[in-house]
Amino acid sequence: MSRIAATFKNLKQNNRKALIPFITAGDPDQAMTILLMHELVNVGADIIELGVPFSDPMADGPTIQRSYERALKHNISLENVLEIVAEFRKTDTETPVVLMGYANPIEAIGRQKFSVRAKECGVDGVLVVDYPPEECEEWLESLELNRMDAIFLLSPTTPERRIQQIAKRAKGFVYYVSLKGVTGSAHLDLNEVSNKLIDLRSHISIPIGVGFGIHDSVTAKAVSELADAVVVGSRIMKEIEESPREKILINISEFVGSLRTAIDK
Amino acid sequence: MAKNYNLPDMQGHFGSYGGTFVAETLIAALEELRDQYEYYRNDVDFQQEYARELKFYVGRPSPIYHAKRWSELLGGAQILLKREDLNHTGAHKINNTIGQALLAKRMGKKRIIAETGAGQHGVASATVAARYGMECVVYMGSEDMKRQAPNVYRMKLLGATVVPVDSGSKTLKDALNEAMRDWVTNVEDTFYIIGTVAGPHPYPMMVRDFQAIIGRESILQMQEEYGCQPDTLIACVGGGSNAIGLFYPYIDNKNVSMIGVEAAGLGINSGKHAATLLTGKPGVLHGNRTYLVQDGDGQIVETHSISAGLDYPGVGPEHAWLKDIGRAQYVGITDDEAMEAFDMLCRHEGIIPALESSHALAYAAKIAPTLDKDKLLLINLSGRGDKDIDTVAKASGVVF
Ligand SMILES: Cc1ncc(COP(=O)(O)O)c(C=O)c1O
Repeated sequence: MSRIAATFKNLKQNNRKALIPFITAGDPDQAMTILLMHELVNVGADIIELGVPFSDPMADGPTIQRSYERALKHNISLENVLEIVAEFRKTDTETPVVLMGYANPIEAIGRQKFSVRAKECGVDGVLVVDYPPEECEEWLESLELNRMDAIFLLSPTTPERRIQQIAKRAKGFVYYVSLKGVTGSAHLDLNEVSNKLIDLRSHISIPIGVGFGIHDSVTAKAVSELADAVVVGSRIMKEIEESPREKILINISEFVGSLRTAIDK
Repeated sequence: MAKNYNLPDMQGHFGSYGGTFVAETLIAALEELRDQYEYYRNDVDFQQEYARELKFYVGRPSPIYHAKRWSELLGGAQILLKREDLNHTGAHKINNTIGQALLAKRMGKKRIIAETGAGQHGVASATVAARYGMECVVYMGSEDMKRQAPNVYRMKLLGATVVPVDSGSKTLKDALNEAMRDWVTNVEDTFYIIGTVAGPHPYPMMVRDFQAIIGRESILQMQEEYGCQPDTLIACVGGGSNAIGLFYPYIDNKNVSMIGVEAAGLGINSGKHAATLLTGKPGVLHGNRTYLVQDGDGQIVETHSISAGLDYPGVGPEHAWLKDIGRAQYVGITDDEAMEAFDMLCRHEGIIPALESSHALAYAAKIAPTLDKDKLLLINLSGRGDKDIDTVAKASGVVF
């Protein structure tokens, strides 16, 4: 069983929901990212989503764009991101790590070569924002060959026919983008999420995470009552952006800890 | 017309290029657009309205003009200019914006958005929005807004909102990112008019189809005036829409060679250029697979050209394909060479060309002297240079 599947199985047995924080690898720097990953686990993260910086993050809002720009200022490459995961794995062999990013840095390395290397470094799943199912057969093969999960996005506008198509290919969990727009958008319609999840569950057997627009304990708790996992990204990156370097760890720890407490209540 | 050549395939692929590399959030909108366009491209009413608009609003057909004095001066092949600069709004861009705006109207979209580099596509979008009574928002890199201030003002006069984009390199590619973000957020009432043959399927195909009027007219005009077709077509390539518009109807006519001219900026070896097909590597950006100017880590690199309209790190996927199969050749022209050609056309023909088009002119000037006098070079004069006089003055050390 993959680390991701084992994590969800465990959570389910304990009647708990997953908390999946997203942080950009290399913001503010590589060393801090590794410290942050461990701290996130300490305060209750079940899976860590690591953002791979890209120069043209078309699907991301201003907060994550800026975090990518900060990371790219000191030339964080995809190889550096993999090194971060390898370093994290030296002391944490249990927490799944999912990479989230765009196609081009992967294509620059080569899909097959990347997959081998990512597995070697301890990556468990990869979500490539701009690889929709119809464009990624070869990519899926290379992930499968290296026993990593292909994480897919679903959106409020995804029609039934595509949900089925994605359900066939998705592994680990699927990531439902709870609103139209880019990462960091403001509002979240819980009613709509609730209805859509009923719909999604009739096609999808693996766990469903919900993200985009979750920004505090209240929204995190509300979403956790509907979904299997709560994904929080922009709000965390905003905290990193606004904190002085020496306060980053403690501020993120407090914030993510408060989400955990709220979800478990 | 292209009979043997039938790309892209149903998924928008030109060989291994093109496709639909976007986030799931955009897929539904693209499928809707693909289906609607598929319907209207075969709809007689739509095509008739498009033709009427091109004739009475844009002023088509644009003539083919024989630049006799300049040809004589060059002492070789004859230089013929397809005068897209004479179109309403001063460039080929309007051929496409009219087509897409008519489609938007039929799809019931009240709001159009666009990205722009030189401002020509922004102006053409603002123009059609005014013409059809739609709201218009144009995204433009803040760097480009400085370089092309008159066009920013033109868009405002036409009632459009121009939104400065401060992310990344603050140029065309970032404006395109931002327009995509707007589209994802407002997909219900908004139509995104992409200005070149880039972006996800169906854009590269749809924009090509709308620009193909350039080549279709040329075939008729050449036959009528010269009784033959040109030996070589030459066009500048930013995203590649004016070039593909001229090339596409000629693809099956193997007697006609095709040359796309990219911006070599300060020189290919300087690293400061926008010569995507000459120096780039295939990758994925802005929804399609194509050649990209990128570093070893797959990050998109800032490009440079004196002409904002060529300053783009990608290129339309169909050009990537035409390059790989050898049907078209791609070459580079530096800022200085383009400026020289700009000057020549001003002084010897009384035509102020756009700096983008000046790249095509410069390459023609390079090869014409090496060719016989009975050879015909058809150059796409994609736009007029009024928008560029500030840039040219500055480069020549002139202060107004
Ligand atoms: C006059 C003119 N020519 C050429 C271009 C380059 O675009 P494309 O390569 O799509 O024709 C532009 C772009 O703004 C332009 O304004």
